[in-house]
Amino acid sequence: MTGNSQTPDPEKEKRKIKSVKKMKEIMTNYYMDAKTAEQTGKKVAWITSGGPVEPLIVMDIIPVYPENHGAMIGASKMGVALCEKSEEMGYSRDLCSYARADIACAPVNGGPIGGLPRPDMLVCCNNICGTVLKWYEVQARYFNVPLFILDTPFSHTGFSDEARKYVRKQVDEYIDFLEMVCRKKCDYDRMAEVGKLSVQGQRLWQAVLDTAANKPAPMSAFDAFFHLALIVTLRGTSVVVDYYTGLLEEMKERIASGISAVPNEKYRLLWDNLPIWYRTKWLSEKFAAHDACLVADTYTSAWCGSLKYIDENDFLGTMAEGYSRIYLNIGVDEMSETVIEMIDKYDVDGFVMHSNRSCKPYSLGQYDIQRIVQEKRKIPTLMIEADMVDERSFSESQIETRIDAFMEVLKAG
Amino acid sequence: MKNLALFHEIAEDPYDYVKKIKKESGKKIVGFFCSYTPEEIIDAAGALPFRIFGRGGDSLADAHLQAYSCSLVRGALHDALSGGLDFLDGTVFPHTCDSIQRLSDIWRINAKTGFHIDVVLPVKLDTKSSGEYMADVLRKFIRDIENGLGVVISEDDLKASVIKYNRIRSYLGKIYRIRSENPALIGSGDLHAIVRASMVMDREHLLEELTEFEGSLHGGKAAGKPAGKRVVLAGGVCNLPDIYSIIEDSGGTVVGDDFCTGSRYFEGEIGVNGDLVESIAERYRERINCPAKHSGLFTRGEHIVKIVKKSGAKGVIFLFLKFCDPHSFDYPYLKDMLDKEGIPSMLFEIEEQLPSEGQFKTRCEAFIEMLKA
Repeated sequence: MTGNSQTPDPEKEKRKIKSVKKMKEIMTNYYMDAKTAEQTGKKVAWITSGGPVEPLIVMDIIPVYPENHGAMIGASKMGVALCEKSEEMGYSRDLCSYARADIACAPVNGGPIGGLPRPDMLVCCNNICGTVLKWYEVQARYFNVPLFILDTPFSHTGFSDEARKYVRKQVDEYIDFLEMVCRKKCDYDRMAEVGKLSVQGQRLWQAVLDTAANKPAPMSAFDAFFHLALIVTLRGTSVVVDYYTGLLEEMKERIASGISAVPNEKYRLLWDNLPIWYRTKWLSEKFAAHDACLVADTYTSAWCGSLKYIDENDFLGTMAEGYSRIYLNIGVDEMSETVIEMIDKYDVDGFVMHSNRSCKPYSLGQYDIQRIVQEKRKIPTLMIEADMVDERSFSESQIETRIDAFMEVLKAG
Repeated sequence: MKNLALFHEIAEDPYDYVKKIKKESGKKIVGFFCSYTPEEIIDAAGALPFRIFGRGGDSLADAHLQAYSCSLVRGALHDALSGGLDFLDGTVFPHTCDSIQRLSDIWRINAKTGFHIDVVLPVKLDTKSSGEYMADVLRKFIRDIENGLGVVISEDDLKASVIKYNRIRSYLGKIYRIRSENPALIGSGDLHAIVRASMVMDREHLLEELTEFEGSLHGGKAAGKPAGKRVVLAGGVCNLPDIYSIIEDSGGTVVGDDFCTGSRYFEGEIGVNGDLVESIAERYRERINCPAKHSGLFTRGEHIVKIVKKSGAKGVIFLFLKFCDPHSFDYPYLKDMLDKEGIPSMLFEIEEQLPSEGQFKTRCEAFIEMLKA
């Protein structure tokens, strides 16, 4: 009898993505470097997930992402305790749970990795939300370190020349800021190289996501949520390029050998909004049990969605516009066009939307996107009310019932 | 006082008032959100700037906005969708918080309230390039509003409006100061009505009324209730006149505020020598910021401590709209700064309507009771 229960299910083993191991190694090393920065004399910058990391790479500054931290806290189910602690500190329960969890971690070095390494500076780009501005102000007061804000005007109906001039100017101010904090000059030749690597990494990430257009999809959005970490964190390094080159290779092999993310893929779905980090496994199994695969999502593609505005041969000159025109910093109608393009590209049968209490820029407007998608593509849609980190806003029985009902509609269609 | 009666009448039913104005004068009405709207420019274009608040009721917002959106955003959208704002010739959305940002999109797609202009202001206000961008945005706004209304704004038009607004703001400031020095002169609720009416009234008429009213206060007799313990209110919008009477009934007197429906609305004068647009930009950058904008890490905290000290207040009541992220994020640090100065504070979250009758009153009474006399 012994050992039987430990024998891996060959069917499951076959489906596991082998690159995961490599990714875990890279991320472990990255966090070790970041946590030991004080000993090695490297500077640490906390930066928002949508912020321009490339100049940090050029300046040999280790980028650290409080939002990744929030996601880790959520995935390790430590969100509720930390959110409650932030509420004791006076922060409203209605605020973003990434921010609440991270703010509560700082004074106690809490969370799954014992807190983030202390920052030497903070870099906040408001292309994803106004919340990061407030969150970084809180941390700038707490750590008493310099804060740089890259202000990326919102594109309701287009990007104005005024905004273009403003963000371009801020790129220079950003470099000045880093030179001042690091007391060294920026190497513009290296900047050009890092810019090229960034674009290359983004293209590869897009290519990896594109493989899910294959039927059946070799990877799901749940896989993308995991593999996303690198394009967010180390964009502009060769590590990213090498890793995604390997991952793309693996996806192509899976397609060639007919290995799919979900065993009997019959229904292809598109996911909207951030993951529900503490329930990714549950949701993934829930959909798989209905032979449904979330083949794509609007979230992970946001890190390569504005490539069209970036000139790899003039990265510094064009990156700010690219950063300004990402998925979350555009109008609801333009977002719905992006969603419809994805529906067509990945040939999906249904649209699953996470109405995320934590994220107003992502969630307000979803009802209109839902209506536009229904009108233009006539596919079933499902709205799940939850929160990305705070499990108190997740009602399992209610969500399960809604998913089952949604899948019945899909099956009947 | 007849001026006060008029202010109250308009504050109570601004929609009725503005419809009458439109009918009588044919004036174009431009709705706007938020105290960062450069109203001078709308006025210079010959239109009446009308600040939009909900009027209670938000059911039509359900199809577009989640329940975790604030009552201001939901109530305003409801009004637009129900036809309540059909008198508008256009709407202006300055960029402020995430909720207003998305409301603008939803409004543009669904509401029928004339032209739609986004004024995508900078979020940080304390750098040179953001100042230049602010002026650029205002110049763009002038072009947009000219297109929207089919008019041309001359330099003289703009200057006249700037002077008019400077005078309006200066009178509002004077009335606030007079009241802070002698609270019994005017009731807190009266003050609220004056500011509310200021955001919708024909500005020429408003200026006349304010001038007359301010003049009547000098050497005037106490019209309000005897002053209670002095408190300062802080938060975003306060659209509930009842709050003032509850505070007064609980033994308090409001002697100052940090509201965008209060002092943030009228603080700061615009220079009239030099480039007017640059001067307008400067005023909106220099006035105390809304927490959705960045202007230093401690600016708002220092400001609120200053208001309290200057007005001799004994405590601060924070009134936040539920689901207002920018204010909620600032609260712990503001409270902390007040604590360090030994200034007691309390926080109350409000929605469109006051929650269960006595809840606010009970907390107010307990809070004011423990304040030093």
